[in-house]
Amino acid sequence: MSTDAAGLGRGRAVGFMVPALVLIGVFLVFPALWTIYLGLTDFRLTGLAAADPKFVGAENYTAALGDERFHTSLWLTVQFVLGSAVIGQAGLGFAIAWALRDRSGPVRRVVEGLVLLAWILPSSVVAFLWIALLDGDQGTLNALLRTDGFAWLLDHPMASIVLFNTWRGTAFSMMLYGAALESVPPSHLETARLAGASAFQQLRDVVFPRIRGHMLTNLLLISLWTFNDFTAFQLTAGGPEGRSEILPVYIYNVALNGGKLGFGAAVSFLVLLINLVLALVYLRLLRGRRGVAA
Amino acid sequence: MISLHGLTKEYPGGVRAVDALDLEIADGEFFALLGPSGCGKTTLLRTIAGLETATAGRVTIGGTEVTGLPPGRRDVAMVFQDYALFPHMDVTTNIAYPLRIRKVPRAEREAKAAETASRLSLSELLARRPGQLSGGQQQRVALARAIACHPRAFLFDEPLSNLDARMRLEARTFLKRLQRELAVTTVFVTHDQGEALAMADRIAVMSAGRIMQVGTPAEVFQRPANTFVASFIGSTPMNLLPGVVRDGALHVAGAVLPRPDGVADGEEVVYGLRPEYMDLAEGEHADGFAGKVSVVENLGTAYLVTLDCGEHLVQAVVPEDAEPAPGAAACAVPRHRRALVYRDGELVTP
Amino acid sequence: MTVGHETRPAAPPAPAGTGRVRHSLGAIGRATFLAMVAGFFALPLLWLATAPFDAHPTITASVPEFTLRNFRSLLDNPYALGSLANSVIQSAGSAVLVVGLAALAAYALSRVRVPGRDALLYCLLLLSSVVTGTAAMVPIFELATRLNLIDTHLGVILTLTGGLLPAAIFILKDFMDATPTSYEESARVFGAGPLQILWHIVVPVVRPGLATIGVWAVASVWGSFLTPFILLRDPEKSPGAVILYTLYTEGGSPKLDLISTFSLLYSLPVVLMYVFVSRKYGFRFHGGIKR
Repeated sequence: MSTDAAGLGRGRAVGFMVPALVLIGVFLVFPALWTIYLGLTDFRLTGLAAADPKFVGAENYTAALGDERFHTSLWLTVQFVLGSAVIGQAGLGFAIAWALRDRSGPVRRVVEGLVLLAWILPSSVVAFLWIALLDGDQGTLNALLRTDGFAWLLDHPMASIVLFNTWRGTAFSMMLYGAALESVPPSHLETARLAGASAFQQLRDVVFPRIRGHMLTNLLLISLWTFNDFTAFQLTAGGPEGRSEILPVYIYNVALNGGKLGFGAAVSFLVLLINLVLALVYLRLLRGRRGVAA
Repeated sequence: MISLHGLTKEYPGGVRAVDALDLEIADGEFFALLGPSGCGKTTLLRTIAGLETATAGRVTIGGTEVTGLPPGRRDVAMVFQDYALFPHMDVTTNIAYPLRIRKVPRAEREAKAAETASRLSLSELLARRPGQLSGGQQQRVALARAIACHPRAFLFDEPLSNLDARMRLEARTFLKRLQRELAVTTVFVTHDQGEALAMADRIAVMSAGRIMQVGTPAEVFQRPANTFVASFIGSTPMNLLPGVVRDGALHVAGAVLPRPDGVADGEEVVYGLRPEYMDLAEGEHADGFAGKVSVVENLGTAYLVTLDCGEHLVQAVVPEDAEPAPGAAACAVPRHRRALVYRDGELVTP
Repeated sequence: MTVGHETRPAAPPAPAGTGRVRHSLGAIGRATFLAMVAGFFALPLLWLATAPFDAHPTITASVPEFTLRNFRSLLDNPYALGSLANSVIQSAGSAVLVVGLAALAAYALSRVRVPGRDALLYCLLLLSSVVTGTAAMVPIFELATRLNLIDTHLGVILTLTGGLLPAAIFILKDFMDATPTSYEESARVFGAGPLQILWHIVVPVVRPGLATIGVWAVASVWGSFLTPFILLRDPEKSPGAVILYTLYTEGGSPKLDLISTFSLLYSLPVVLMYVFVSRKYGFRFHGGIKR
């Protein structure tokens, strides 16, 4: 659908895009390029290299790729993305959208409202809420489960932040899938039901093929967001002993706490490359769908 | 008056939706562009409106060449298939919208909208949004919006296709009367030959970007210029049977018919006759198509009977109470005066 | 399209009894699931509802010993209320910019074929999710210094807008793609120019989309901590997210009475805005994002 319905013309179309592109160029692309450049220097937050950074070539990259802590962090990030974005947000989001698909009234409003509230609240407030929930001494969860003194954030840091991020971000997937499910013609579902398909078969044969595009776009967006999400820092700060140090936290700890800005920038660029690969995989899958459709 | 000269619209990739068309539409005429889907009729309408840019050729409206003009400067009004009523505006605002673009003061344009609306019996609905209107009401609002700006021509894209069958009949009569009253040149696109025959002063039958025939409804119905038009026009498809002229007679599907004028011995032709012009006789008949009744379809006041004549199927329309039983032997006798003969797909004019 | 569609032979009909049992089991399962979801999402919120009104708040959510004293002591904090005003300025400014610029760009991208537009969108999307992270903070700080934007609301607004724009364009473009072009064509035949069409027709029709993006932008800016933390020195200009982290005792432990109360005050505006917008326009991805 790219007919020029309003008679915009290419010139005016470019004019419409310029303001956004200028802002993006100055405040997004430029810092990004700068970060890439910093990754090639020994720039530090303090000390001599802060005043006069030297060009060190690929040194930061080889150091990062050989760093045990980076490997651990990457593996934790993969767990974090799979657990909280793919299974947590997308899975739970779809399940809620499916369970609510033909409901209206108070049940729908309450469930949707609560899920959306978790998404709308400011992240610093949300972090405090979860600290209050999971605290070892006086946390609400321990009070409920009568497991006094059980330090969730210390004993299960990864599980905690996975659960936290699922709670935080499910709303987006729920809304997107809710909209996607509305695009499935009821007659298709009814045809499947008349043929005796179970709920699972209806999902597999009718719903998923129809909303595959929505699912992949959603997965792409939330994977990228989760991959770069810093909010978990406010819960565990990557601890204890780096057991929940996902990549954004790792970068923060190395670059701003450790002062090694050049090294941090190099890791950021590596993250960008990983994200690029991730995006390409999704796009390939998406194109596969188009190929079938065409 | 709308005239098209050598009008061509070619899409990237080389598909010619409209192919070197010449057409003259007279002042005040109600003109139909008729054809199967994908024949280019809608593209032609959109090219007249200026929504598509012509690849070659010229469009003239009321004596002014408009080929290079943007749609807003052509002084035409278009009613879209989905009516394109703006969902966030009420009926008054929708009807007044073209006047708003022309910077008519608010009070004046609202008065004009109310006046046009009352003419189309929409006065009760002025404050409603399109979502609160029935299909027929939406159509009338779209018409009112087109009328309110007094254009030189109306362009209707499938104006009746979004209505249910009964509404469509009413709207047909209504639209024809309205056009007559306004006497504004009107071009409408339809895929429904019945609609075109019923409403239009003249019809252009299109196929693959070309015009196959232009004529009054009577002309295209009674004397289709080629087998395409012959098979497309008519609520029951015309019998088109291959035949050969031999020994001064026409041999078609087992029948021997008198040789029509304009064809010579040895020529292969297609014999065309509408089922309405076939009479059904029982048993054998000298110059008829003999066969076995295979299907009998109820058309209300008549029956459409399909005869299995061996290699070919021949259809005839019989009056009610005269329908044969399926399986019976019968004979379809043509009224020779109505018969048409096509050679290489084109009508042989005697 | 499937005219000659054959009906598949029906599965052997299940005895009516089992069908009904399966159906009611399904209903029970669904209700249980929804109740668990509601519980999971409500549980962390309890603390926010109780602690601010508690005379001796702890981190456990409990029935409060009701008081409004916490609100009074919050008012004594010189920056607390001002920070909310700053949050309003920064998030409203960013939301206006994001919605306005993204709508223009998304419309152009949706209606005119620009070569490489998909690749461009995806690249920007990638960059935006990475660059808003921590490593780019140094370049962003340097950039803001050079542009004289340090310690200004404008600096925070422009930086955050730059980060939000790609996703906003991406989502809005889908709304634009989903609106029928006949509206615009119709207006065009009546002589409306592109800007008139955009303002009279497209903007009102995609208003739910614009509202969704607006809420999303406000919520993102309202909660963002790192950018204002780095770009603003003057606590008079700091937004709520930054001030929240100053509510600690000299010893470094959180002042729970103030934090819980401030959290509630600080959360209310976004929640109210969401409720207002979703009532007025509906808050949803109605066409869905299906690219």
